[in-house]
Formats: sequence, C-alpha cells, structure tokens
Amino acid sequence: MTTATYLPDYPVNGLDDAQPREITVSHAPVDQAFRQITRLSGSFVLLIMLLVGTFLTIKAVRAIKSVGLWDFITTQAWSPETNHFGIAALLFGTVTVALIALVVALPLSLGGALFITEISSGWAKSILTGAIDLMAAVPSVVYGLFGLVFLQKHMVPFAYWLSTYFGWIPLFKVDGADPKNPLPNDALYTSSSLIGGVIVSMMIIPIMTSMMRESFSRAPAGEREGAYALGATRWGMIRSVVLPFGRGGIIGGTMLGLGRALGETIAVYLILSPIFDINLHVLQNGGNTVAMTIALRYGEANDFTMSALMAAGLALFLMTMAINFTASAIIARSRSGADSEA
Amino acid sequence: MVDLIAKPRGRRAAGPPPRLDALAGYLETKPAAALQADNISAWFGDRKVLDRVSLTMPAGQVTALIGPSGCGKSTFLRILNRMHELIPIAKLSGEVRIGNEDIYAPGMRVTDARKRIGMVFQKPNPFPAMSIYENTISALPLTGVKASRAEKDFLVEEALKKASLWDEVKDRLHQPGGGLSGGQQQRLCIARAMALTPEILLMDEPASALDPSSTRRIEDTIAELRGEVTIVIVTHNMQQAHRISDQCAFFLASHNTPGVIVEHGATEAIFNAPRDQRTEDYVNGRFG
Repeated sequence: MTTATYLPDYPVNGLDDAQPREITVSHAPVDQAFRQITRLSGSFVLLIMLLVGTFLTIKAVRAIKSVGLWDFITTQAWSPETNHFGIAALLFGTVTVALIALVVALPLSLGGALFITEISSGWAKSILTGAIDLMAAVPSVVYGLFGLVFLQKHMVPFAYWLSTYFGWIPLFKVDGADPKNPLPNDALYTSSSLIGGVIVSMMIIPIMTSMMRESFSRAPAGEREGAYALGATRWGMIRSVVLPFGRGGIIGGTMLGLGRALGETIAVYLILSPIFDINLHVLQNGGNTVAMTIALRYGEANDFTMSALMAAGLALFLMTMAINFTASAIIARSRSGADSEA
Repeated sequence: MVDLIAKPRGRRAAGPPPRLDALAGYLETKPAAALQADNISAWFGDRKVLDRVSLTMPAGQVTALIGPSGCGKSTFLRILNRMHELIPIAKLSGEVRIGNEDIYAPGMRVTDARKRIGMVFQKPNPFPAMSIYENTISALPLTGVKASRAEKDFLVEEALKKASLWDEVKDRLHQPGGGLSGGQQQRLCIARAMALTPEILLMDEPASALDPSSTRRIEDTIAELRGEVTIVIVTHNMQQAHRISDQCAFFLASHNTPGVIVEHGATEAIFNAPRDQRTEDYVNGRFG
C-alpha cells in the first residue's frame, strides 16, 4: 500500500479540449405518465377559462352591437326591450358594494390573521383557524338570509346615525331623511349598498384572513428571533419582520377578496333593492350589481335580453380576471413563501 | 409597505456635532458586566435538558461553552437572554444575574433584559427588507426609539466599526443587507447587536456556517470586542475555543440525562491540564 499523494497531469501547453457535452434525459414510464396527466389537468383549467370567455363574447356581441359599445358602457338603465340599456350603474354598484366590503374586511382580516399567528396559542389558535375555514364554507345564501333577517335591522340605526352627523359628506347623504324627525323612516336606510357590502365582507373575511395567516406564519423564525434578541416589542417585531414578509399575502388576499366581492350574487340579490341609476349615497335604499341583475333578469329573458345579460356578464368576467391577474403578479413578485436565507 | 425608518427632514445643519439626547441611553459606554447563572435547570415539556448549572461569566472576558451536540449549551445560552421562553413548551428554574439584578425577576421587562444582553445567531439573520444602514440601527424602530438623522449616522458608524465592517460597507450603506457575503452578514448582525451597547454579547456558534477566512474575521472581531463587552460564545470548534476564549465551560449530557457542566475554568487549564478524564478526551478530539 502506497501512502504517496497524486498530482494530476494536465495537458501541457495549456491545450484545452474540454467541450460541454449533451445530456439526454430519459424519464421512467411512471414519470412520463405523471407528466402527461398533470399537463392534461393544467390545460383543462385553461381550456375552461377560454371557453367561458369565448362563449360570453359570442353571446354578448349581438346586444353590444345593437346599442354600440360606448352606449353600453355609459347608459344608466336596463331596458333591453326598448334597446336602451347599459352597465354604467351596474358596474358602479358592483364596485361600490365590493369596496365597502373591502373597507370592512381588510382591517378585520388583517387583525384576525395577526392575532392567530402572533398572539394566540394552543387551543385558541387551532379553534380560530378552524372557525375561519368553517366560515368560508358557509353558503352565501345563508349569509344573505342572516343579513336580511338579522343584520339589516341592526345596521339601520348605525346608518341613521352616520347620515345624521355625516350627511354633509355626499357619500353619507340620504335623500328624504329628516334629522329632526324623532321617528326615522327605516325604509330609507334598508336595502342599501352599505348593508350589502357588510354582508359581502363577511363572505370575504375568511379567505382573506386565511391567506394572510398563511403568509404571516411563514415569516422566518430566524428573523423573528433576531428581532426579539434586539429587545423588540411584539409590535416592533411584527412591523419589521412579519408585515414586510407577509406583504404579498396581504395584497394577494385582498385582491382575491375583491374578486369574490365583485362576483357575489345571491347575498346581494337578497339585500339590495335594484335601481339602475348611479347611486352615490351608500346609506340609502337602492343599489345594484352586475351579478344580481343577471340573477334577477334571466328568468324572463328572451334571446336578445339574454344577450344583453351576457354582455354584462362579460364585463364582470373581464374585470375580475384583470384583478386576479394583478393579484397573482403581485404575489409572485413578493418574498412570501420563498425560503429565506436567514 | 411599512416605512421603517423616518426619512430625514430638510438638510442637516453643518458645523456643530449632533446632539445625542434621544440616544443617551444607547451611547454612554456602559462597562461590561459579569453575568452569573445560578442553578439553572431547563425543560422542554417533560424532558429535562439542563440540571442545576451554575456559571460565572467574568466581565469583559470571553467565555466559551463547549461540548458535544445535545448537551444543552445552546439552551443555556438562550436562557441567558430570555430567548428560551419564546418556545411555548420551554420551562426553567434558577436565576441569571447581571450585577445584583435577576433578569427573570418580575420587575424586569423582557425587552430591557434583551437590550442589555445582545445575541448573535448561528445563521446570519439580517432583515432582508432593510439596507445595511437600517439593519445596523434596526433596534431603534424595533424598540420604539426615535432618533435624528445625525444621531443615526453616528450610531451606524460606531456600531459598524465595532464589528470591523465599516471599511467594507461605508460606500454602500443603503444597499440591502442581504447582498453581503455570509461572513459580512454575520458581522452586520454583530454590529446590530452592538448598536444597543449591550453589557453582554451572546454568540451561538457564530462562525459554524462560514468559511475559514470569514471565521477568522469573526474571531478577530471578537478579539477586538474583548474588554468592551462580556462575550459568551457557544462553539463546536475546539481550536476556536482555544484561540478566542479566556474561560471555558465543558458541558456534557450522558446518555438520557440532562446536561451538566463537567468542568470549567481558565481556557489554558481546560486545554492543558483538565482534571476530568472526559474533558481531556473531548478537548483532544477523542469523542464528540
């Protein structure tokens, strides 16, 4: 046995004849099959989306042609029978309800998610996590009924108070309201965008909370400990570590919630009393959304009025798609979910 | 996005040196303090991992905690600045005292204890969303201290110099801390801890994730901080413990029993004239 070491002999004269070689990969049959199956499922999702889009576009063309694209977008009326219809009020109402829902849902889900990941522990944590997921599973018609029968009653005094003291802000004005009347007319305050928005917020809080909780809980332990070791308060640690890391989850969850709020149908249908004018006064009776108009009108629709509804549906489809794509782009660019070097 | 560091308002006045009132607590040179651990026992759930360990870590000296994996030395270190209690099932008994103050006393706020006893971790963990500058003084927003731009500038330079990082980064203070090399990141973490002028600095295998030349820079930094701050370092590297420490404590957990200190004392004595056979075997690389 020799104990000497070896010195590799490189070619003299610096001759370098090394060439990168081709590497051919041959997959095992199981892998091949798996690739094909997953590829199929993946393309199926894309296919369905394309189909829906194409279907809506084809069906919508007739109605949009008949009034013209500009009129279709700007008209505040829905009377396909007289060829006078447009989605201005519907889109405005949809966005109003969705934004109200978001204004209510964002602080609640942000706080809820932070409470679950950062403050609660043990059984409280698991019960809350489960409850949030359960909330997401409640059908929207149940929320709608709850809103109609219970919440509306209790929202009216709040709406009354808001309009009495902040009625000078156009948003909170209620036409026909008389602050001096000791017995307010409740009917003025019911079936409003505010109540619809609050109900929708309950539907989007679970998904938003759940997404934010997920991204907060992945904030790297090393960075958390680093912050605590510097004497950080809990809030200091959350502000410097958890929130910057969870930024993608916050934005993504919000966008997803917004997408859902825009498309919510049955709960809004139960609450809002439909009008076809742009209604800035969110506390006031009357509002509308694209989705609820479709649900409301399709029963009585003939070929042409159906095409008009399809056109409204197409507008909603495009809007939600745009929002969801924005959301996924933002999530993809953020650090959330990526492994930290720390 | 949360704005962590207030932007400077207006131009800084030239001439007089910055007033440092807000940071007075941070900037006065506190003398290094001795740390005294008394009868520390620790549990994770029902499993006891440390059994009545007592150790004095003399002021201004470097104390190395050595011993094989799983002997409880990291747990012991984390008990010294109350990081142990961040783990929900962790329990402990005993006292850790700076001077006469028990850091676990009811009147002692956990954030204050950690400000006085800094810590550097095994893996460098600078805040990735922050620049080098912001990382160095990240303790300020984390603990809710406001400071002027001039005060911050001063603090950043001081801290980075203490960590021997200033010359390497002074021209790119506003680049992200994550862009530095591993060794530089670790020294940034030392600077971050030193910005609070702690009396004691704990280091949990600070060089074990680094290459030999970065390890050497860290060791040089430790040598420079000796005297200014009391250092307690956990290391698996015998030569490192020998090179950098004044005192050594050898931890050992025999099979299925909690960790204890087998022997402690001056580093030279531990390495050259250990009294316990197990210490001699360990420092000579015969096990562990």
